[in-house]
Amino acid sequence: MLRWSALVVFVLWVQAAQAVIETYEFSDPAMRERYRVLSNELRCPKCQNQNIADSNAPIAQDLRAQLNEQLQSGKSNEEIVDYMVQRYGEFVLYRPRFSPTTAVLWLSPVLLLALAGLTLWSTVRRSRRAAGNSGLQDVERERLAKLLQERES
Amino acid sequence: MFVALGLLLGRGLQLDPQALPSAMVDQAFPQFSLTALGTDESLSREALLGAPALLNVWASWCPSCRVEHPYLQRIADLGVPLFGLNYKDRGEDALAWLGQLGNPYRLNIADVDGTLGLDLGVYGAPETYVLDAQGVIRYRHVGVVNEQVWTQTLQPLLLQLGWREN
Repeated sequence: MLRWSALVVFVLWVQAAQAVIETYEFSDPAMRERYRVLSNELRCPKCQNQNIADSNAPIAQDLRAQLNEQLQSGKSNEEIVDYMVQRYGEFVLYRPRFSPTTAVLWLSPVLLLALAGLTLWSTVRRSRRAAGNSGLQDVERERLAKLLQERES
Repeated sequence: MFVALGLLLGRGLQLDPQALPSAMVDQAFPQFSLTALGTDESLSREALLGAPALLNVWASWCPSCRVEHPYLQRIADLGVPLFGLNYKDRGEDALAWLGQLGNPYRLNIADVDGTLGLDLGVYGAPETYVLDAQGVIRYRHVGVVNEQVWTQTLQPLLLQLGWREN
């Protein structure tokens, strides 16, 4: 057990060591948190399925340096994001802003959910109606009742 | 339903996810103050103005730049003003590279730290920008410039901007 946990710790430790590319010192914990959040939400333009926090592409490194520099010089999150978008487009944001071009992206989950709800509702209603109506006509129903009565007696 | 899904996904396969529209298209080329490669001469945005031109982002560490280099030479021989942006490179390596392969560029901006590259939205070499006479970025091509890129994209665009082959 101890050996296993030692192995687990070892493996995790090695991966953590690989993930750290370079470190920036922040005296202010709030600023460190902003660095963490922003570097996780900014997308690396070169290696497109990674954020700049875990990419070791040179461009991601430059963007992290830029992010650190701008945080240290007192820029707000909006200013930093604007700076990045101005150069690399909406693409750099993993959480894109709402605009006519991104409207489809933001609204499609809501629309799909509404569509699913509508489909569910109409299916349920149809099956309820089908359950209420056994498909027999009045004459047949009377005959059935009579037959059942005869059997019971 | 499945046909529609199939068409949608089929279309998705044909799109190139690497092709990013540059946020800088139709924007003015950024201001900069850097030196010319291998000299102390300082260069600014004004050096690129006056005629439609190409600006090629390259580096000696970039294998694809070596691939496109002979083609850039051919384009320069047609009389296209071709500017180089030597991106995050060491000066001596870049000069050795030009000495060995030839220099198709009218001038080379030495962007050692990649600051101009960052302002341009460069994310990797090679990239080639089409500028008009006023220094507005009209197009960005990412990747190697070859016959196809030249005849289908860059040449028509330059002709439209008023460039004439000499």
